[in-house]
Amino acid sequence: MKSLALHLSVLAVLCALQFVLPSYHVTNVARIMVLAVFAMGYNIAFGYTGLLSLGHALFFAAGIYGAGLPVHLLEWTSGPAFLTGLVAGGVAAALVGLLALRTAGVSFMIVTLMFAQAGYLSILYFGRWTGGDEGFPMGAVGRQVLGYDLSGETPRYLTALGLFAVALVVNLVLVRSKLGRVMVAMRENEDRARMLGYDPFRVKLAALAISGLYAGAAGAGYAMLFGYVGATFGGIQYSILPMLYVLVGGAGTVLGPLIGAAGMFYLIEAASEVTEAYLMLVGVILIVGVVFAPKGLLGALRKVWPWLP
Amino acid sequence: MAFGPFLLLALMEGLVAASVLALTASGLSLVFGVMRVVNVAHGAFFMLGAVAAWFVTQWVPGPAAVGFVAALVLAPVVVAGIAAIADRLVLKRLGYDPEATIVATIGLLYILEQAALGLYGPDARPVAAPFDWRIQLPWFGYSGYKLFVVAAAAAVLGALWLVMTRSRAGLVMRATQVDRQTAQAFGIDVDRVYAGVFALGAGLAAVAAVLVVPIQQAHYLMGGDPLLMSFIVVIIGGLGSLRGTLAAALIIGLSDGVISMFFTPTLAKILATLAVAMVLVFRPQGLFGARP
Repeated sequence: MKSLALHLSVLAVLCALQFVLPSYHVTNVARIMVLAVFAMGYNIAFGYTGLLSLGHALFFAAGIYGAGLPVHLLEWTSGPAFLTGLVAGGVAAALVGLLALRTAGVSFMIVTLMFAQAGYLSILYFGRWTGGDEGFPMGAVGRQVLGYDLSGETPRYLTALGLFAVALVVNLVLVRSKLGRVMVAMRENEDRARMLGYDPFRVKLAALAISGLYAGAAGAGYAMLFGYVGATFGGIQYSILPMLYVLVGGAGTVLGPLIGAAGMFYLIEAASEVTEAYLMLVGVILIVGVVFAPKGLLGALRKVWPWLP
Repeated sequence: MAFGPFLLLALMEGLVAASVLALTASGLSLVFGVMRVVNVAHGAFFMLGAVAAWFVTQWVPGPAAVGFVAALVLAPVVVAGIAAIADRLVLKRLGYDPEATIVATIGLLYILEQAALGLYGPDARPVAAPFDWRIQLPWFGYSGYKLFVVAAAAAVLGALWLVMTRSRAGLVMRATQVDRQTAQAFGIDVDRVYAGVFALGAGLAAVAAVLVVPIQQAHYLMGGDPLLMSFIVVIIGGLGSLRGTLAAALIIGLSDGVISMFFTPTLAKILATLAVAMVLVFRPQGLFGARP
């Protein structure tokens, strides 16, 4: 009950923010919500199932290009384009998982990193269609939803909020479902879970595929809301960012990714006004986080409020 | 140019790349072998070596060769020192947990790169080669310095092999690699060995960078490519196996040179990264490693 009230009030606050904040921040919060969906997906693999992936940029980019390319080359409309983006993320994750999940731990991190890197380089290699480094703007047909233009401030914010709300609800349901509990069991003690009759490979593959669907949805949403498709989104930095958000906000918590994404977004923005070398902050926070607070902000809060999902 | 000489040129370029790569990757391999730490900041140490070389050659007066030799000595020492400090401040606190150290070295990578951006700036700057000979082959002229790079890398790798197999320090490192607890029980200061190995690994990357910087300019983001390629080489060669690393560096360096020249560098990298993923999935001990 407490937890339901908490999440509803978070959504209500996010909904109210657009009337309070100046327009510059409204755009920022919309971006944060989309990135938080990406981070939530990362959290499903890393926080709940214990799969530390360094390749989520591939799934995010699959979403971005899955939505962007059909619009760009075939002039699809937004609905089917979003669906292909979503599915592209999930399929990419499932394919990578089929191979990468034969390994574990450090090897898993490197295999996912290598697949993501191969994907990124392929985007550059097929620059004739993907636009390579420069990318391309998302076509206007792909940015119309129910007659509203997503480049407008209010439709954009509401769409981002809708995407985030659906992702949040699915995440809550997943965590309480049987699959969600088995995922946590895999993280905590794979051998015991196997002895109880669960197939670790299938559970992990399902978790990774769901995680990929989230990344795909976030990528497709990002392309449609902010109108740009480019190779940078496939770079290693976009594998690090969700990990950073999750580490900061709290791995294995439902709201951690949102808190991490919002906190880091504004921290990085504040730092970039002071110095050119603002990414140093990312490095410092990664190290401080992993050394001193491996459970993140919400992980620490959970000690006080154990009911936090 | 006819096909034969063109292939020869591709192979020679590949050999230069392979020798630099072997040096860089041996540092990564050593750190993984002894400490079981995957050092994502290895490319950043490479970059620091190149940047330090640029600073040293700016400060040292006289002919280019003097500055270069000074850089070849000083830059690796400085980089090794930074690595030792990083080991003490960060890695040791994590108890060398494999996954946590990867996250931490990603953080270290950002810090080092951004520090270089702050202190050195965003420009790529050249370092003068110590000498400027050209070797005239019947079909094309070739830089004598590039051949020197190959020889120097071979010399350093030979010295590393001697240290690892013939000296007491090498024995201590190998003992720690095989069994940390037993080594400790025999009075080996494991913490010092780890700090030393981490420093040595970073120093090797720095030596490679100083050698390469007259061919390729120093830039604060230059570490990405050597990192990726070293990963590829170390994994294909078998994690922690020095001999495998060397063989894999030759294979990857030469094929990279040939594919890059006849097709594109991007295609060469795509193929190499996919090869690594496949090796890790289907043959985790590497192509040359023994089954554990």
